[in-house]
Amino acid sequence: MTAQIFHDSPADRGHSAAWWTSRIAIYGALILWAIICLFPIYWTLTTSFKLAPDVMKGNMIPWVDFTPMWKGWEAIGLSPGTIGQESTVREEFLKRFYNSTIISLTSSALAVLLGSLAAYGLSRFSYKWAWMRNDDISFFFLSQLILPPVVLALPILVLYKELALLDTQIGLILLYTLSVLPIVIWIMRDQFSTIPTELEEAAMVDGLGIWGAFFTIILPIALPGMVAAFILSLVLTWNEYFFAALLTSTHANTLPVMVASQTGSQGINWWSMAALSFAAILPLIVIGVALERFIIKGMAAGAVK
Amino acid sequence: MSVMSGADHLHIVTSDDISPGRVRAGKLLIWGSAALMVVIALVQLGQSLGWWNAGFTTWRPTLYAYCLWATAVCWAQVLIRGEQGKRTLFVLPAALFVISLTVFPLLFGLIIAFSSWNLSSPDGRQFNGVANLVQMWNDPFYWNAMGNMVWYVLVIIVEYAIAFGLALLLNSQIRARKFFRVAFLLPLMLSPVAVSWMVGKSMLEARFGPISRLARALGVDNPSFFESPWMAKATIMILDAWTFIPFMMIMLLAGLQSIPKELTEAAKVDGAKGWKAFWEITFPLMLPVSVTAILIRIIFKLKLADIVINVTSGGPGGATDTVTSFIFREYRERSNVGYGTMLAMVYLVLIVIFMTILMKWAARYARPQT
Repeated sequence: MTAQIFHDSPADRGHSAAWWTSRIAIYGALILWAIICLFPIYWTLTTSFKLAPDVMKGNMIPWVDFTPMWKGWEAIGLSPGTIGQESTVREEFLKRFYNSTIISLTSSALAVLLGSLAAYGLSRFSYKWAWMRNDDISFFFLSQLILPPVVLALPILVLYKELALLDTQIGLILLYTLSVLPIVIWIMRDQFSTIPTELEEAAMVDGLGIWGAFFTIILPIALPGMVAAFILSLVLTWNEYFFAALLTSTHANTLPVMVASQTGSQGINWWSMAALSFAAILPLIVIGVALERFIIKGMAAGAVK
Repeated sequence: MSVMSGADHLHIVTSDDISPGRVRAGKLLIWGSAALMVVIALVQLGQSLGWWNAGFTTWRPTLYAYCLWATAVCWAQVLIRGEQGKRTLFVLPAALFVISLTVFPLLFGLIIAFSSWNLSSPDGRQFNGVANLVQMWNDPFYWNAMGNMVWYVLVIIVEYAIAFGLALLLNSQIRARKFFRVAFLLPLMLSPVAVSWMVGKSMLEARFGPISRLARALGVDNPSFFESPWMAKATIMILDAWTFIPFMMIMLLAGLQSIPKELTEAAKVDGAKGWKAFWEITFPLMLPVSVTAILIRIIFKLKLADIVINVTSGGPGGATDTVTSFIFREYRERSNVGYGTMLAMVYLVLIVIFMTILMKWAARYARPQT
């Protein structure tokens, strides 16, 4: 043991005790909130492997409290035992899953396309449409965020009925695109304003048109923002329930609608409900973990000016 | 020749020579497709009024004609106005899209709002003047739902405090920051419907739900989360807060990270520590971000419906109803489109008034401190 040359003064040692308390408080709070955030996911996953008595007794830890069984997953035809067999429930599930995927991907892509173009135009050129200038046009787009879905829901329902768009994927895609468009424009406007205009000016001196400059020079730079906008739209459209519940019945139902309609005649089968819920949230958990930085980028846009 | 000016706009000079023939072609395109649309719409209108039978089963042809017209308008911009038109083309598609999906349904909604229209009855739409307004005025459940919205919005202050606390935690010197950030973000990613079922109905189940068991272990005799009106309201508030706190947290975290390090360090040198530093340095600097986060949160809160629809369907006795979930049920139970639309329209008017006042007030309140 070597003799210590430098000693903390007693005052500093007192400080270090305070430092330790604050560390413990900070980590305690962090861990507590992490449990609050993660426990429901854990509960959903474990419940999907429980049998009725396990659910009723509220057993929580697999292999200790209860033996995990595939019952919940069997009920939606996705357990190892049933995956090879015909299963109507699985087909139903896959159909809803497919609907959700198509609808959320298409509407997010459409929103990012329309939104980026609009945001780029608004950040680069000055418009004058009747009495509306750039700020008014931006406000017009962003104000759509305030519009509650319920205001559009019933008129759209009637219109869709007349247009034979009820219960179709395209009908939902249009509405979802509309609902995420303001958010995309918000994020992309923020993104484009950070790109110096000299870039396009140089490109245009070299002979590109404005659209050419946009696609070859600006888009690659703005790509992270577009990905952020796309992911955020994906999350919102994947989880949307209100319009889906109102405007679809048999063909274009999305996963949330299927999850919501799982009440059987003899109460709820919690294990299959849990399996279905988990299957419905899994894609977004994966996206959330893998692409977290894009989501954060998207939500932070506009927060800091 | 067109010259763009302005500090953050492009400085380009472009020359266009557009031949008169091209302009004529563009105008022909717009007016031709518009005429086609009008003709098809009139033919269909005639059929729906019973004047003739043109053999249409849906209004789809009018929709297609509208799409054609919209495309023609976009294309004609370039034909008629050249370079200037190409610029318009950036914003025009989005504008047309939004107008056709909001402005048009809203105008249509105004007509529906003043009529009695039961979709399941064969009578069709009947104009009934202000009867819907009178009915709304006397509908205690609607005003009850409105009152609930006030509470739901007020509780955002608590959500904000928690989100701010979490953002501060994430911004402090910690290990495994990424893990905590991802974990804290996850509730936002989960489908509210799945959350309603697995948290709202399963975890809060009075007999076996883990939260009820925890409450019992903590000495609550008979934990029930949805029986008394206030308890049910609080539970819905907590569920909704749980999914949306990450959203505010991320915005506030971004704000915290944009505070220049020099400022906080200078404050430390000057002897500001802990609470004092927070209230005198961090909080005022965060005010603009906070206002944005709270405003966006209010906007989302005013749309709250899916959790309520799935967990309580408004019960007990309408204690948890939001305006959206109330109208949803109103439509589901009676399929009266007219009354529901009137309720929604009134809600929209109130929201617009409320948000305008709030934004004006926020702009005034947040500015001096920045």
